[in-house]
Amino acid sequence: MTTAARPLTRHRPLSERIIEVLLFLSAAVGVVTTLGIVAVLVFETLDFFVVVSPIDFFTGTFWSASILPRAWGVLALVSGTVLVAAIALVIAVPLGLLAAVFLADYASPRVRTVVKPILETIAGIPTIVLGFFAVNFISPQLLIPLLGRNNIGGFSALAGGIVVGLLITPLIASISEDSMRAVPRGMREGAYAMGATRFEVVRKVVFPAAISGIMASIILAMSRAIGETMAVLLAVGAKPQFTIDPTESVQTMTAFIAAISLGETAQGSIEFKSLFAVGLTLFGMTLVLNLISGWVVRKYRTAY
Amino acid sequence: MTVANPTAPPATPVAPRFEPALMRRKLTGTIFYGACLAAIGVLLLALTFLLIDVFRRGLPWLDLGFLSGVPSRRPANAGILPALVGSFQVGIFVAIFSFPLGVAAAIYLTEYAKDNWFNRLLQTNISNLAGVPSIIYGILGLALFVRLLGLGPTSLAAGLTMTLLILPVVIIASIEALKAVPDAQREGAYALGATRWQMVRGSIFPAAAPGIMTGLILAMARAIGEAAPLLLIGASVFVTFLPNPLEGSYTVLPIQVLQWASRPQADFQGISAAAIIVILALMLVLNGLALVVRARLSRHIQW
Repeated sequence: MTTAARPLTRHRPLSERIIEVLLFLSAAVGVVTTLGIVAVLVFETLDFFVVVSPIDFFTGTFWSASILPRAWGVLALVSGTVLVAAIALVIAVPLGLLAAVFLADYASPRVRTVVKPILETIAGIPTIVLGFFAVNFISPQLLIPLLGRNNIGGFSALAGGIVVGLLITPLIASISEDSMRAVPRGMREGAYAMGATRFEVVRKVVFPAAISGIMASIILAMSRAIGETMAVLLAVGAKPQFTIDPTESVQTMTAFIAAISLGETAQGSIEFKSLFAVGLTLFGMTLVLNLISGWVVRKYRTAY
Repeated sequence: MTVANPTAPPATPVAPRFEPALMRRKLTGTIFYGACLAAIGVLLLALTFLLIDVFRRGLPWLDLGFLSGVPSRRPANAGILPALVGSFQVGIFVAIFSFPLGVAAAIYLTEYAKDNWFNRLLQTNISNLAGVPSIIYGILGLALFVRLLGLGPTSLAAGLTMTLLILPVVIIASIEALKAVPDAQREGAYALGATRWQMVRGSIFPAAAPGIMTGLILAMARAIGEAAPLLLIGASVFVTFLPNPLEGSYTVLPIQVLQWASRPQADFQGISAAAIIVILALMLVLNGLALVVRARLSRHIQW
């Protein structure tokens, strides 16, 4: 928001006013985008709900959009999404937090200049590449030899979860590291002066002080994992089912939307309309997570 | 003031003896440090395996014919020129649209906006938009640009959709860059009689330009690497010709990768990997460009 300084002259020529209006309109594009997203999703979803009952949609656990008999139980897609996101978090939370602690409290400046680019490189890899990595490396060369060919196939929630975990790790690491570095030096030095070891300083001083940023980073990563499309599309297969077995092939909400767009589905058909209802569900879930993340930061932030 | 009772025997506090247990505490610390190193090791290993796997599969397919050819049913003849051109077109549209919009929005929010509820809403809205899944932008783009504005599934519609997707990123990066300019710079411009816009144009924008341009280039890299929204904007067809930005179909690199990687044959996985190498090279070039631009633009800035 504006700083205290103001122009000395009160006279504002017309051009100044026009410019301000133009700048304001640019800033308002964001609001228009949000309204557009909500309007499109809600409008098209209502159209879908004329044919399919919303109760069946939100409570059903069987999904079959193109194969008869059709079934529209979105929980089958939601469970696939949540399963993949949960696996991703199981991997990314420890990896990301350990990396953040390492960068904030252990690494020397020289080591930092080596480790930080590793994280940034992973963050910058297009997600389709991670999907490729899942089907060509994680599944055939890691999971199948490890778990046996009878227990896991080429496509699984586990393979998808692992690569999504990889891609959200840098997000957790960088936001958490920022909030750990924001903990003032004096607090660390006080603990050292009391005879604490480095690990005790991290666990009892830095970690609690940085908890708002850490929580926010995890929730944002969760939202990102739920919304990820390209990596999941290749890795988890295309079998919508209500399951918590990570070795099964599933379908996520994003992968369903992608699959419908990739196929030859006619735009007016009911399968195509279901895409908007799934989109609205997805949008609702990530919106709630993003709002919670913002609330956590505001509520638990301690400024130093 | 209370006076101690002289008859009571002097209290001898029996504090529990402090056991430093240093060996145990240090061991815990060492184990934790080991875990940190292991985490970094896992990440490094994953990245290494990813790169080795991609290069081992893709390098044999990567030659001039691959870069200048068009997709084919036979992997040996396949090339990525249409996808490469499509990605360039989308990238250029994104730059053209998101630079003025993103910078103007950031300038409004940092230099003009008064602290009222509406402007706070604008700001909150932008950070929430950054968290909307990319494929949702595809749904918006389909309804708005492809159908409502009648642009059809073209690379222009794709560029506009990707602009909406990365606009929050560009705005946030530009706001950071503008906020980093010290207030003395603003006050100095005002002291010389500048109006607000003269101050922004002549003093603040040039000072923030390195940060803004870096953010913009990195956002372009993201727009080229991300493809989920374009699945809905019709980038999924078999394109064997160079796309016209205003009409007809197009495709982009990540979608070409997806199509080849979805086929079971090893040869298609090979050309898919080769296309990935091209994408990674593009990312590297854009990141390098960001560094160079930053260095060149910030040569004359010092405070």
